[in-house]
Amino acid sequence: MKKYYLGIDLGSTTSKAIIIDDKDQIMGRGITNTRANYKVAADIARQEAIYDARFNLLHAKIQPEIQANPNLVKYLEDIRRVFQYVQFRHRMKRLEELLAETVESFRRPDNDVLEQTLSNILQTIGPRIRDGFLHRNLGGQNQFFRDIVSEQYNLEVSAVPPEFYEPLMLAFDKSITPVENEMFTQSFEELVYEAMRYLNEKYQGLADQPNAGAQDDWYYAELNSSSKSFKSIERTLTQYIDDVVKEEIHIANMVGTGYGRALLPFPEDCIMSEILCHAYGAHAIFPNTRTVLDIGGQDTKAIQVDKHGLVTSFHMNDRCAAGCGRYLGYIADEFGLSLNELGPEALSATRETTICSTCTVFAGAEVKELLHNGEERPNILAGLHKAIVQRAMSLLARSGGVRNEFTFTGGVARNQAVLKYVTEMVRESYGELTMNIHTDSIFMGALGGALFARKGMIQTVPKEVAAKAS
Amino acid sequence: MSKEAIKEKSMILQKEMVEGLFNELDRVQETGKKVCYTFVPGNLSELIRCFDMLPVYPEINALQNAMRKKSAGYIKEAERHAHSEDVCTYVKCDIGMMIKGNVGPTGSKIPDPDVLLLSYTGCFTFMKWFETLKRSYPNAEVIMLHTPYQENGEMTPEMTAYMVQQLEQEVIPKMEKVSGVKFDPEKLKKILGLAREAQDWIARIFETTKHRPSPIDAYFAGVYYIGPINIGFRGTPEAVAYYKELYNEIMERVLQGLGPITPEGEMPEEKYRLVVEGPPNWTNFREFWKIFYDMGAVIVASSYTKVGGVYDLGWRHDPDRPLESLAEYCMNCYTNLNIPQRISLLSKLIKEYHADGYVTNSIKSCNSFSAGQLAMMREIEDKLEVPVGFIESDLVDPRYFSYSNIKNRLESYFQMLAQRKFIHETQNA
Repeated sequence: MKKYYLGIDLGSTTSKAIIIDDKDQIMGRGITNTRANYKVAADIARQEAIYDARFNLLHAKIQPEIQANPNLVKYLEDIRRVFQYVQFRHRMKRLEELLAETVESFRRPDNDVLEQTLSNILQTIGPRIRDGFLHRNLGGQNQFFRDIVSEQYNLEVSAVPPEFYEPLMLAFDKSITPVENEMFTQSFEELVYEAMRYLNEKYQGLADQPNAGAQDDWYYAELNSSSKSFKSIERTLTQYIDDVVKEEIHIANMVGTGYGRALLPFPEDCIMSEILCHAYGAHAIFPNTRTVLDIGGQDTKAIQVDKHGLVTSFHMNDRCAAGCGRYLGYIADEFGLSLNELGPEALSATRETTICSTCTVFAGAEVKELLHNGEERPNILAGLHKAIVQRAMSLLARSGGVRNEFTFTGGVARNQAVLKYVTEMVRESYGELTMNIHTDSIFMGALGGALFARKGMIQTVPKEVAAKAS
Repeated sequence: MSKEAIKEKSMILQKEMVEGLFNELDRVQETGKKVCYTFVPGNLSELIRCFDMLPVYPEINALQNAMRKKSAGYIKEAERHAHSEDVCTYVKCDIGMMIKGNVGPTGSKIPDPDVLLLSYTGCFTFMKWFETLKRSYPNAEVIMLHTPYQENGEMTPEMTAYMVQQLEQEVIPKMEKVSGVKFDPEKLKKILGLAREAQDWIARIFETTKHRPSPIDAYFAGVYYIGPINIGFRGTPEAVAYYKELYNEIMERVLQGLGPITPEGEMPEEKYRLVVEGPPNWTNFREFWKIFYDMGAVIVASSYTKVGGVYDLGWRHDPDRPLESLAEYCMNCYTNLNIPQRISLLSKLIKEYHADGYVTNSIKSCNSFSAGQLAMMREIEDKLEVPVGFIESDLVDPRYFSYSNIKNRLESYFQMLAQRKFIHETQNA
C-alpha cells in the first residue's frame, strides 16, 4: 500500500493541509478558514487535501490520453470547479435551513413577511453564487464559505426595508457559525458524480456550434461539437475516476503545526512548532534558503536556517499584530475592498503616503483623516503596505538580518504590493541576493509538517549525523 | 499547580529571616530604629547595618506584590496619578502601594523612610524614582552615591578613590546624622567579614549547577536563594548559617544524583541546560517556570541572580579595605558592567556550565537589563554557536505577560534545541 504523509498548519486565519508521498512530492493541498472549532478546521483542510490529491492522481492517470484528447483537461478542470460548488451547496443548504429556523424563532408580528423576505434573498443569491462557481471560477479566488455567502447576503439585506435589516443580520450571525463548525463528510465518489450531473445540465443547455459569445461558451460549444458529445469524454474520464476512488489514500503519519497546534487532535509527538515547519518547508522548496520571512494572519516570523534547513534562530512579533495579515484584512474592511483587491490597487499608486501609526486601529483613523484631506486611495494603500513591510524589516534585523538566499512565505506573500516592498527593502538593506517566492508560499508550514511526518526528527538532521545515530 | 511546595530547612530559615525583618519594620516606632530605603543593585547593606538601620527595598516590595497578585491594582493607581504606561513597572507598583497607604506585601504598613540612599546610579530610573519618593517624604534625608559606569570594562583606582571620597564625605556623615550612631570602622570590618563568608557560600551554591543533573534551578529557584544576601542580611551570622545549610542540602541532592525541586516536586529528567539573561516575570512566576520544567529545562546559570553582586569572578568584600571594597561592590554589580563584560561573563557561564542554550527574557520596562540584550545575544550566538531564544515579558505588570506567546516561542525554541542537541551529541559521540 502506498504511504502518504499529512501536514496540517492551523494558522490564526487559515488552516492549511499538505499531503506528500514517500518521495516528498506534494500530492494534495487543502485550505479553509480557521474557525471557532479548530478540529473542524483541521478536518476540512485535511479533507480538501485528500480531494485535491485524488484530482491530482486523476490528472496523472489521464496524462497519456491528453495529447490525443486535450479536452479531457478542460473537462477535468470544469469538474473541479463544480466539485467545489457541490461541497458549497451542501453547506449552503444547511445554512438555509438554519436561517429559516432562526427567523421563525423570532416570532415577530410580521414574521410572515420576514420569512418571505429571507426566502427571496436566498432565492436571489443561490443562483448567483452557482453561476459564480460554474462560470467565473469563484472557488479559485481564495474565498471561503463564510466570505462568499456573507458578501452576497449582506448585499441583499442592505436593500430590504429597514425594519428587517437587523433581524436578518442577527439571523445570519446566529446561523453562520454553527454551520461553519459542522463537518460534512461525503465521499469523493459521491461528490464527483454529483458534479458531473451538474455539468450534464450545463453542457446540455449549450449550443453545438461556436458563436460570437464569450470564450468559455465557445469552448463548451467546441467540446460539444468536435467530440460529437461531451458524453464520450465523460465516459473516458469515468473509467479513470472509478480507478482513483478505489485508491486508498493511506496517511501513514501526520504532523500538526501552527498557532492552534496544541488544539489539534494529534498525539503530542505529532505536534511541531510552526517555526521549524515553515523553515523546513521553505528549505525543501528552495534548498539554499538561509533566511525565511513568514507573514501570516497574526504573526510575522523571521527565521534563520542552516544548510540542512534546521533553524538556528528566530524572532516573532510580540504584543501587536500590526504588520500581519489581519492588518491587511482590517484595512480592506475600512476601504470596503476584498483582500485580493488591495495589492493591485496599491501597485497603481503614484507615490506612497507616509503612514505614521504602527497600530492597526490608529492606522484606520489615520486613513480616514488622509481620505478626508483628499489623498488618493491607491497612494494610501501603498503607504500602508510599505508600513507593514517596514515592521517586518525591523523583525528581520532583530533576528540577525537577511542572508542569501531569502525566502518569503505565508499568506501575505501572495500580495503583490507587499512583495514589491519586501524586494525593494531587502535589496536596499542587504544588497543583491536571491529572493524566493513560491505559489505554495501559504502552504510552507503544512509542507514542513508533512516532511517531518515522513522523516521524523532524526532524519531531518544532516545525513552524516543521522547515519552515525542509526 | 495543585501540589504543595516542598519546604526544606533552608526555606524555613529564610522565611524566619524575612519575617524577622518585616517584624522589625513594624516595630520602628517602639524601637526608634531608622529606616533606609535603597535598591538591590549596589546596595550598601553592610553600611546600613553598621548604623543599626533597617533597609527597605522598593523593588523587592514590588516583586513580592506581583507574586501576590497585587501589582496590577497598584500600577493602575500610579497610572491614575499620571505615571505613564512606559514608566518602569517596579516604580509604578511602589508608587501605587504608597498611594494606597504603603501596606507592604506582608500586610503591614511599611514605615516611612528616614533616609533615601541611592547607591547605584547606573539605572536612571532609580534617580527619578527617588526624586518622586522625596516629594512624598520631604523630611527624609537623601544620600546619593554616584557610581561610575565601567565604560572601559574596568574599575580604575581613580574610580574607587572617587567613590571612597563620596562615602567618607557624603554617605557616612549623613548616615551618622540620621541614625544618631557614630561610624564604627571595626564594626564594619566584622560585618564585611561575614559578608565575605556568605558570598563564598553563595558562589559555591551557584557552582553546584555544574553537576549533571543540576541539583537546583539557578534562575527560578535562584531568585529565592539570592533573597537573604540581597535584602540586607549580607554581613549577618544568620545569612552565613542560611547559605551553609542551603549548600549542604544541595550537596545532598548532588550525592543522590537528584535534579531540581520545582513547585510540583522533583524534576524527573534534565533534558536541556540553559543560561538565562534578564529578570524573570513576577506576576506569572510559577506559570513561567512551569513552561521550562515541563519541557525538562533547567537553568544552570542566570545573569539576574548576579544583580545584587557578581561573585563568580572571585570578587569579595574585604574587611582590610572596607570602604574601597564597598565602592568596588557598587561598581561591580551586573548592570554596571559594560556590554563586552556581560558577554564575557555569560559566555563563561555557557561554557563552564555546559549549557545547551541561551535564552533572553527581555523586560519591557527595564532599560538597565534590556539595552544591548539583542546585540549580546547575537554575539554569543556567533561566538559560541549556541542556540539562542528570545522572549518578552515584564517585571510586575500582568498586562505584559502573554502566556500563549511565551509558550509558543519557547516550544519552538525547545524543538529547535532538541534537533541541535541531537546533532551535537551525535557528532561528539
